[in-house]
Amino acid sequence: MDKFTTHQGSVIPMDRPNIDTDAIIPKQYLKSVKRTGFGVNLFDDWRYLDAGEPDMDHSKRRINPDFILNNPRYSESSILLARENFGCGSSREHAVWALTDYGIRAIIAPSFADIFFNNSFKNGLLPIVLPASVIDTIFTELSATDHYDLVIDLQQQQLKTPSGESYQFEVDKFRKYCLLNGLDDIGLSLRHTDAIRAYEANRKKAAPWLFAS
Amino acid sequence: MVGKTLYDKVWDAHVIRQEDDGTCLLYIDRHLVHEVTSPQAFEGLRLAKRNLWRVDSILAVADHNVPTTGLEKGITDPVAKIQLDTLDNNCEEFGITEFKMGDPRQGIVHVIGPEQGATLPGMTVVCGDSHTSTHGAFAALAHGIGTSEVEHVMATQCLIQKKMKNMLIQVEGQVAAGVTGKDIVLAIIGEIGTAGGTGYALEFAGEAIEDLSIEGRMTVCNMAIEAGARAGMIAVDDKTIEYIKDRPFAPKAEHWQQAVQAWSELKSDDNAVFDKTICLKAADIKPQVTWGTSPEMVLPINANVPNPQNYSDPVKSQAIQAALDYMGLEADMPIEAIQVDKIFIGSCTNSRIEDLRAAAAIAKDHHIADNIKLAMVVPGSGLVKRQAEAEGLDKIFTQAGFEWREPGCSMCLAMNADRLEAGERCASTSNRNFEGRQGQGGRTHLVSPAMAAAAAISGHFTDLHES
Repeated sequence: MDKFTTHQGSVIPMDRPNIDTDAIIPKQYLKSVKRTGFGVNLFDDWRYLDAGEPDMDHSKRRINPDFILNNPRYSESSILLARENFGCGSSREHAVWALTDYGIRAIIAPSFADIFFNNSFKNGLLPIVLPASVIDTIFTELSATDHYDLVIDLQQQQLKTPSGESYQFEVDKFRKYCLLNGLDDIGLSLRHTDAIRAYEANRKKAAPWLFAS
Repeated sequence: MVGKTLYDKVWDAHVIRQEDDGTCLLYIDRHLVHEVTSPQAFEGLRLAKRNLWRVDSILAVADHNVPTTGLEKGITDPVAKIQLDTLDNNCEEFGITEFKMGDPRQGIVHVIGPEQGATLPGMTVVCGDSHTSTHGAFAALAHGIGTSEVEHVMATQCLIQKKMKNMLIQVEGQVAAGVTGKDIVLAIIGEIGTAGGTGYALEFAGEAIEDLSIEGRMTVCNMAIEAGARAGMIAVDDKTIEYIKDRPFAPKAEHWQQAVQAWSELKSDDNAVFDKTICLKAADIKPQVTWGTSPEMVLPINANVPNPQNYSDPVKSQAIQAALDYMGLEADMPIEAIQVDKIFIGSCTNSRIEDLRAAAAIAKDHHIADNIKLAMVVPGSGLVKRQAEAEGLDKIFTQAGFEWREPGCSMCLAMNADRLEAGERCASTSNRNFEGRQGQGGRTHLVSPAMAAAAAISGHFTDLHES
């Protein structure tokens, strides 16, 4: 997993609530058996005017000029700003893989769906929860200027705006540790092999039917 | 002493260790695997030279990509074929029990788990699919996980988790005739919203929940995720135990009594404390129809589509307008005036035998309306299909003009050939009405199986009580 320490990037405003994982990566692309290559199909239904299929040459498709990702201003952006309940719906981690493959490193919203939120941390993508009023302010500031960069400092749990304002955000200690160090949490869990074995031995006595097959 | 909720009990019984920030290592009893969210996890194991921690905890089945017609031709979509073959190969390589295509036990992962007795009370159940919440109907702590976590459970038998909060959803009294588990859960989502359950484990309780069959309870728990909650649970009662008894994976002879005794504890204590409680009166719940592009955009059948001008919150008003535009609906029009093009009866929400019986009871001796381009019934498993055919339900459906298909996820998410074309409108018994969910540009209205069958016969949504 990529480390996340500090990040500076420009922001894509997606002014809608309940952006679901079907919208982030439509189902036809879930047929892939890989973790990579989803970026070109991020927000596929909104981003292109024609219907997409996995085996197409996506560079030849008709783009939707009205969709925000196609606005040249945001071509280098790496931070997404959205409204509440971002990532709702399916558990598909492909949604996170599409965002990271596209180049998104952080998403800022008033709230996230639980499974998406969890999946993000496993892939070095930082979801930042800020109060709706702060999100409003960022939307407003962003629309009033031609260039809007945010600076995210995970160690300090702080986000700085171009106006010099800074906002604190929450992040679980364990998740922060994994992100800062780019750690594979399977390796971390396997340090507790003895504890898992001991639990299993007790559980087998208490509920033997769970181990009968 | 403060009592424990059902969720507290199952959670506490699975904690292996806890860090000082509350992060826990949680033991997983049952891992259900399907073809879409597992290939990258198996690949990860291979790359790291890791093995499965406990192969007997895993049950695998192909469901998302499988065709529901023309099985004799095999899989004609080459990209889907690679994914299905990959699951077969991975299961063979790692020694995992898999129900392959053509096996009568094959079907939708959330139908076959309970059907086989592989889902048991008090278990932790995970699957790389958000509708894993379904299994909470058996007082299991069951939730969807991403592919990284699929790999984590395969390698360690654990998940790294923090405890969720407790929410009680109490549905008091009895529902009217024709009001189903689907209508109850849609009404709950309409009440608390699609993010209302975020961060919570839900417990559904009250007379209306107790009155539901186990299949009805699965429908309710299935859509907990549509209320934002990863897990929904219902306490064990006699119906739960009766349902499980003698199923292939259920505890056998010497273990059965022991298990039943342990399961009787799987309910919230009388003095349990919930972080939040929501009460609904069952008598107020009418058959529900979604009108928009989020499951919370739902109304009773006799209501009118909302008008964005009536909402002062600009975010809300814009969301309603965007949904009306996408759905091709006029503000204030009656739900009953909405004409549909296609009917889908199926999905992990509503494809079990009782769902098919309810739809068949409406379709019997009628025919689908002239404006219906396609009405399809997709049983949840080979065994559901076999049972329905033994009862003659397939004949009722085909005589009424419905297509009778092979089991799979089908048009719930339209990964296979079953999908809506742009602009087509569907009465669907599935769980998500997101933009493009059933096909790019497709328009989905979520309803119960009986309401879907009634829409097929009438050509538009209709109140079962008045027909």
